[in-house]
Amino acid sequence: MNPDASTIAAGAPIEVDLSPVAEGQDIKVFWRGKPIYISHRTKKQIDEARAVPVASLPDPQSDEARVKSGHDQWLVVIGICTHLGCIPIAHEGNYDGFFCPCHGSQYDSSGRIRQGPAPANLPVPPYTFVSDTKIQIG
Amino acid sequence: MSGPSDYQPSNPALQWIERRLPIFGLMHSSFVAYPTPRNLNYWWTFGAILSFMLGIQILTGVILAMHYTPHADLAFKSVELIVRDVNYGWLLRNMHAVGASMFFFAVYVHMLRGLYYGSYKEPREVLWILGVIIYLLMMATGFMGYVLPWGQMSFWGATVITNLFSAIPYVGESIVTLLWGGYSVGNPTLNRFFSLHYLLPFLIAGVVVLHVWALHVAGQNNPDGVEPKTEKDTVPFTPHATIKDMFGVACFLLLYAWFIFYMPNYLGDADNYIPANPGVTPPHIVPEWYYLPFYAILRSIPNKLAGVIAMFSAIIILCFLPWLDSARTRSSKYRPLAKQFFWIFVVVCILLGYLGAQPPEGIYVIAGRVLTVCYFAYFLIVLPLLSRIEKPRPVPNSISDAVLAKTGSRSTPMVSTAIALALAGTLFAASADKARAEEGGTKPPANSWSFAGPFGKYDRGALQRGLKVYKEVCSNCHALSYVAFRNLAEAGGPGYSVAQAAAFASDYKIKDGPNDQGEMFERPGRSADYFPSPFPNEQAARAANGGAAPPDLSLITKARSYGRGFPWFILDFFTQYQEQGPDYVAAVLQGFEDKVPEGVTIPEGSYYNKYFPGHAIKMPKPLSDGQVTYDDGSPTTVAQYAKDVTTFLMWTAEPHMEARKRLGFQVFVFLIIFAFLMYFTKKKVWADSH
Repeated sequence: MNPDASTIAAGAPIEVDLSPVAEGQDIKVFWRGKPIYISHRTKKQIDEARAVPVASLPDPQSDEARVKSGHDQWLVVIGICTHLGCIPIAHEGNYDGFFCPCHGSQYDSSGRIRQGPAPANLPVPPYTFVSDTKIQIG
Repeated sequence: MSGPSDYQPSNPALQWIERRLPIFGLMHSSFVAYPTPRNLNYWWTFGAILSFMLGIQILTGVILAMHYTPHADLAFKSVELIVRDVNYGWLLRNMHAVGASMFFFAVYVHMLRGLYYGSYKEPREVLWILGVIIYLLMMATGFMGYVLPWGQMSFWGATVITNLFSAIPYVGESIVTLLWGGYSVGNPTLNRFFSLHYLLPFLIAGVVVLHVWALHVAGQNNPDGVEPKTEKDTVPFTPHATIKDMFGVACFLLLYAWFIFYMPNYLGDADNYIPANPGVTPPHIVPEWYYLPFYAILRSIPNKLAGVIAMFSAIIILCFLPWLDSARTRSSKYRPLAKQFFWIFVVVCILLGYLGAQPPEGIYVIAGRVLTVCYFAYFLIVLPLLSRIEKPRPVPNSISDAVLAKTGSRSTPMVSTAIALALAGTLFAASADKARAEEGGTKPPANSWSFAGPFGKYDRGALQRGLKVYKEVCSNCHALSYVAFRNLAEAGGPGYSVAQAAAFASDYKIKDGPNDQGEMFERPGRSADYFPSPFPNEQAARAANGGAAPPDLSLITKARSYGRGFPWFILDFFTQYQEQGPDYVAAVLQGFEDKVPEGVTIPEGSYYNKYFPGHAIKMPKPLSDGQVTYDDGSPTTVAQYAKDVTTFLMWTAEPHMEARKRLGFQVFVFLIIFAFLMYFTKKKVWADSH
C-alpha cells in the first residue's frame, strides 16, 4: 500500500523562481501535495529570529541552521503544522511567523515552534540554490 | 445457538434440509424458543435497534456505492449527483449519513446500559470484549465514511486523524505514508478508504454474529442482575422479545425519520458542502459528534504522543472493565454508590463531548484536563475501590421475585434517567452547534422563509425572480455548476415548462467538441446542459477578482452557517429551524455599508460588510435598488432581490426539498400508527408475563 510508481514520479524535484517575490512577501508552492512556504524575510524578521536564545526554544534549532548561508533572507519551510497537519497562516500570530488556526500553534519568523501543542519546528524541505534567484526543491 | 436443537420442521421439504443442515433448528433455538429474562426493560431493545441499523447502513451503502465515484476530482460531484439525479438518491444519502449518527447514538445507549447493569461481568466478559471490538470497527468505518464525500471537513478530518499515527516513535512517518499511499492525503487515500469503508461493515456483521452467539451461550443479563433459575423467570424470545423489539425499533425510527426528512444537515457540518481544498484549512476542524469526547481527551494532553496514547487508552480500557470492577453484585440498581458514580461518569462523557467541539484555549483546556482525569479515574480508581468498600443492597432471590416486588420503587431511576438524557441531548446539540460556529461577524437576522418548517414549499414567484437576479447579476462572477437547465422544469422547482426551460437554455452559448476537425466549437444550450461558469478555471476566477475566487453558488446556502448559541440550537431541533445558511446569504447581500465603523480597518480592494466574518469582503456591493426589472410588480428593492435570489439558491442547494418534506409527513403518519399497533400488540403478548 505504499505510494505507487506514478505518485513517486510526480514527487520529483521542482524549480521555483524567486525573483518576483519582494521583501516581506511570501509565496506558497505545492510539492508532493504539500504546501511549501517561501518567505522573503525582512531584516527585522531575521534579527528577531536570531535574537532568541536557542536553548529556550521547545525544539532548539538556530535560525542559521534552517536557512542556506548567503541566502539568509529566504526561509523555505513545509507549511504543515507538526501537530496534526493543518496549514498554518503566514504573517500571523505573536512571533511574526506562522499561526495554525486548528489548535493554536504559533511559529516564529524562522518557522520554529514557539507556543501551542505542536511538538516540532516546521520542517525544512530538501532544497538547493541553483542560482541566486532560483531554487530547486526536492 | 447453544447446543443441538430438537426442533423438527413440519414441512417435509424443510425436514429434508434440516437433516443435512440444521439451519432452521438454529434459527428456532436462537430467535424463537430462546429463553429471555422476563424482567428486561426497554434499554434492552437497543440490541435489536443496532442490528436493524447495521442492516440499514449496509443496504443503503451498497446502493450508494453503485452511484459513487471514489476519485479526488469526482467524489464531491458524484455525491451531489446522487442527491440530485438518482431516484430517491437524496433519501438514500440522508438515511446513510444520518444513519451513522443514529447508529452511534444507539451504540452509546447500549454500552451505557451494559455499564449500568454490569453486563460485562462473569460469565459475559468475552461478550463484552466482542462489543468493544465492534465499537472500534464502527469508529474506523464511520471515520472513513465521513471522508468519502470529499468536502473540506472530510479532507481535513482525514488529515488530522491520519496524522495521529505520526506520533508513534520511529515508524510513525512510514505508517502515515502507508495510510496515505502518497506524500499527503490525496486520491490514493480516498480510494483505499472507500475500499475499507465497504469492507469493514461486513467484518462488523461477522463480529456481531460472534457477539450474538456469545450472548446466547451466556444468556442475557437483566436489570436485576440475577441469573434465571426456573422457567418462571423467562419467556420465549418469540413473540415476547420480538414484538417488544419491534416497538422499540418503531420508536427509534421516529427519531431517525425526524432527522432524515426534516433536519438532514443538523448533525453535519456546513464546511463539508465546500469541496476539499488542500491549500485552505477551515478555521475549526471538528470531528463528527460521536468522536468528540475522545477528541477532547486527545487535545487536553499537551504532549502529542501522550495525547494519542490517552485517546486510544480511553477506548481500550473498556476491554479491562470486567476485571477492574470485581464487585459481585451486577446491577447498579442494588449498588447505591456505583449508581451515583455511573451518572457522574455519563455527565463527564457528555461534558468531554462538549469540550471536544470548543476551541482549545483558556478555560476549555483546563476543564478538558480535569475531565480527562475524571474519565480515567472512574475506571482505574472508582470502580476497583467501590467493589471493595461498597455495601450493596440485597438482590432478589430470583427474577420472578423481582418482577412481583416491582411496584412503587421505580420513580427514582426514571427521574435521574430523564435528567441525564435531557442533559445529554442538550450538550450534544451544543457541541454539534459549536462545531459550526464561525468567528466574527454580526449574527444575521432571521427571515421568514416560505420553505421553512415541516410543510415548507418554495415560493414559485420568488424562485423565478431569483433566477432572473442570478442571471443578470450574480452569474457575471459566480458559477452554478451543479444546476442543469432541465432542473428548471422539474417538480418542486421554479415551475417552468419543459419548453420554457429549453428556450431558456438556448440563450446560452455552450462550449462543445472537439468536432471532426478536432476543434472546440460553441453551440446553443440544451436542457441537459449545466449553467456555464463565468470563468474557465479557478485561477482565472481568482485573477479577475483581486485574488479571491467567487465561490460556486449551487450549494452556498448549505455551505454557509453561523453559530446559533445557547439555547437556540436546542429549540432548533424541535422547531426544525435550519435556515442559518439562507439567513446568512440574505444578510451578506444587504450588509454592505459605505461608512466603515471606527476601529475596523479594511484592506485595499475589500469592502466593509456587517455580516461577513472579519467584515472585509472582496465582493463589491452587488445589488442596488431598481437594478433588475420585475414583471410581476414585486418591489425592485435590494431587500426583495436578496430574498428572491436566496430562495432561488436554497432551491439550487436542495432541489428535492418539497418531495423530502412531503414524503416525511407520510412516513411519520405511518410510523406513528405502526408504533401504536406494536405497543398494543406488545401489551397483549405480555399481559400474563408481568
